[in-house]
Amino acid sequence: MSWISPFRLQRAGMLSMNRRNVDYIGRYNDRASYPLVDNKLKTKLIAAEYDVSTPQLLQVVRQQHEISHFRELVDELDGFAIKPAKGSGGKGITVITRRDGDQYVKASGAKVTLATLERHLSNILAGLYSLGGTPDVAIVEDLVQPSASLADYSFQGVPDIRIVVFQGYPVMAMLRLATRDSDGKANLHQGAVGVGLDIGTGHSLNAVQFNKAIHLHPDTGLNLANIAIEDWQQMLLMASRCYEATNLGYMGVDLVVDAQKGPLLLELNARPGLAIQMANGRGLLTRLKAVERLKRPHFTPEGRVAFAMETFAQPVQQA
Amino acid sequence: MTSRAPFYFALFVLITAGLALAVLRHVELGIPWLPGEQRPVWLVEARVDFQAQQEPVLASLNIPDQPPGFLLLSEQAASPGYGFSIVEHDGNRRAEWSKRFAEGPQTLYFKAQLIPDTVGDDTPSGPAPVAKPVFWEEPQATAVREVLQQARSKSSNPESLTRELIKLMQPETPEQNTTLLTSGTNYVSLLERMLNHAGIPARIADGLQLEDARRRQTLKPFLQIYNGERWLTFNPHTGAQGLPEHVVLWRQTAVSLLDVMGGSDSQVTFSMLRQTVPALQLARVEANDNGLGFLSLYQLPIEEQSMFRMLLLLPIGALVVAFMRIVIGIRTSGTFMPVLIAVAFVQTSLVPGLIAFIAVVCLGLLMRGYLSALNLLLVSRISALIILVIFITTGLSIVGYQMGFNTGMTVTFFPMIILAWTIERMSILWEEEGAREVLIQGFGSLFVAVVAYLAMSAPLASHLTFNFPELHLVVLGLILLLGQYTGYKLSELRRFHPMKAYEP
Repeated sequence: MSWISPFRLQRAGMLSMNRRNVDYIGRYNDRASYPLVDNKLKTKLIAAEYDVSTPQLLQVVRQQHEISHFRELVDELDGFAIKPAKGSGGKGITVITRRDGDQYVKASGAKVTLATLERHLSNILAGLYSLGGTPDVAIVEDLVQPSASLADYSFQGVPDIRIVVFQGYPVMAMLRLATRDSDGKANLHQGAVGVGLDIGTGHSLNAVQFNKAIHLHPDTGLNLANIAIEDWQQMLLMASRCYEATNLGYMGVDLVVDAQKGPLLLELNARPGLAIQMANGRGLLTRLKAVERLKRPHFTPEGRVAFAMETFAQPVQQA
Repeated sequence: MTSRAPFYFALFVLITAGLALAVLRHVELGIPWLPGEQRPVWLVEARVDFQAQQEPVLASLNIPDQPPGFLLLSEQAASPGYGFSIVEHDGNRRAEWSKRFAEGPQTLYFKAQLIPDTVGDDTPSGPAPVAKPVFWEEPQATAVREVLQQARSKSSNPESLTRELIKLMQPETPEQNTTLLTSGTNYVSLLERMLNHAGIPARIADGLQLEDARRRQTLKPFLQIYNGERWLTFNPHTGAQGLPEHVVLWRQTAVSLLDVMGGSDSQVTFSMLRQTVPALQLARVEANDNGLGFLSLYQLPIEEQSMFRMLLLLPIGALVVAFMRIVIGIRTSGTFMPVLIAVAFVQTSLVPGLIAFIAVVCLGLLMRGYLSALNLLLVSRISALIILVIFITTGLSIVGYQMGFNTGMTVTFFPMIILAWTIERMSILWEEEGAREVLIQGFGSLFVAVVAYLAMSAPLASHLTFNFPELHLVVLGLILLLGQYTGYKLSELRRFHPMKAYEP
């Protein structure tokens, strides 16, 4: 068992769960804005208003009887993603990458039948994955085709980029790569690899899996030290614009890079996790306080991104 | 950012109010801090003996009524074949035994439990007593006049007059007048008559010296005078004012101690025993006639009381859960599921409860596996699960009973709906996050439940929460305070340990 003293954590500026809840989520996130981020359908609509593009919406299944429409729709599709609109933490998301005869192949490679998908849809409608178990709707989205440069790093599934945005300033970012352990999902607690990204350049810093530092992807074996994200400034801008869209002071913005369409907003999170600090090897608290200290905040996404890229850039030390 | 000062001030008020109220009730009502605390109680037994004369019998014994320095806890009579009642007239309480026919020696018992009580107040109700006129014959009349004259000259008020009079009447200071008066008469009743003659209302009270395990005791006379406000007690031999410790005034009003009709050779003797009773029991008796008593739950019907006993333990469980989740950082399945499980443990006791709980959840998970293959809607799946859980608990009870384990029955104490939801959540967790997470959350929940159970089943906890319900203000304050904790959880010190590599 290995432990770290609370004073060392304090010095490193690590944000704790309790402080995140009381001092940031509780203070800066207006509850009235929560439905915007807790419901992916609403997120999509509001994002469109602020020039933030999202994966194309194919269908919304609201009622049990509409599942038959889903059957007609998927007949013509190869790949798609089924998501519960109010799901949290990636729960209930099923990604189908291709067809194999009558069966559908999930991102993990497992094959499922149409009946399984329909059962999944009815589970979503009943609220199995929604917060508090309230009835939900299922959305069917176009499959994101990850850009080749990033797709190689991920074992399966789409690598996504989580950016923590505080009062419109992108303060910390990481790249999340699915692994065999995480079943094609990009959630760190399920075993995905988190790669810290330098806010200044979009270059990789450190990588962690299951809270341990790693240098190579456990499944693909690729070196994680030399990743560079394209369109970095553009992604930070998208993330920053989400602040205007939702008014949430402290949130996580999840982006993907599509091979054709460029960066797309996947979802917003009003309660972003703390693992990003481990991937970056930095505490969030110092950066959050730097933003809180600003006497004259920037009013445009461009201004905020420029400030963040300058202030939060991490000089390359290791590797 | 708003100032936190009012919040902390409110917290401070909340906690001090809770504590102060508890201390006040402890002092005023004598509710003990610890369970099982004992307090002394005197059990006094009056025994009435007489010879019945083959005719209807009515025996009437004066019994104490608000004796100064004591509180009457209970009284009862034991006398086979006799009708018994306690009658009250003219401010006297008398125990009355009656029987149509009796012969030979008869014995009647009357028992009273008395608690030493310092806050007793003995202001008489009703009209103020007046001195009785007394007629003296010569030569006593002259002697009384002179002695009183002597005493009055050395005194200023009824109390000092009484003291001086008693001093003058002592045999150590022989004087012609006093020797004449004391010869051949009842000394104490002489004093009473002389004081009445002097215009001071006076009476004789009978006191009983309380000593542990004494038998065949008799009453000793004490002199009481009325000073205009209340009755004062004097020792008729030493003149000492006030009632000595451990003396209970059995009879204070000037009526006879014992009347027996239809009997002869009657006498009363007393025996006594020092007992201890739970202090809590005394407090309940006292709470009924104290202003602070309205805050206690003792007045409620017993059935509601036992319900509150359970209910008032819940805040303790909530506090444990809050602490475990906020400061320690243990993951549980469902926020307050552990508290409900802990409540069930309180009723089943720990080990059988744990076994029953784990058995039900494991069986439920197996059956849930089949349900998930059926592709049911969520609501009907949960409903089916509830019914299955009831089947499982019934089955466990019956099988346990047939095998001779009565503890199997206790499984019914678990809240079925909570069990069903726990199984459902665990099952989903299993499918989504794997068995490891199920074990972590399952054991986390059980651990918190066991800790909450230990806290709730401690005798001190149930004693304090029920008898000092105001202490819940303190619990509330602590929970609010925990809600302000922004430091690291214990589990985060472990979770973030790889940060050591990036020492700034």
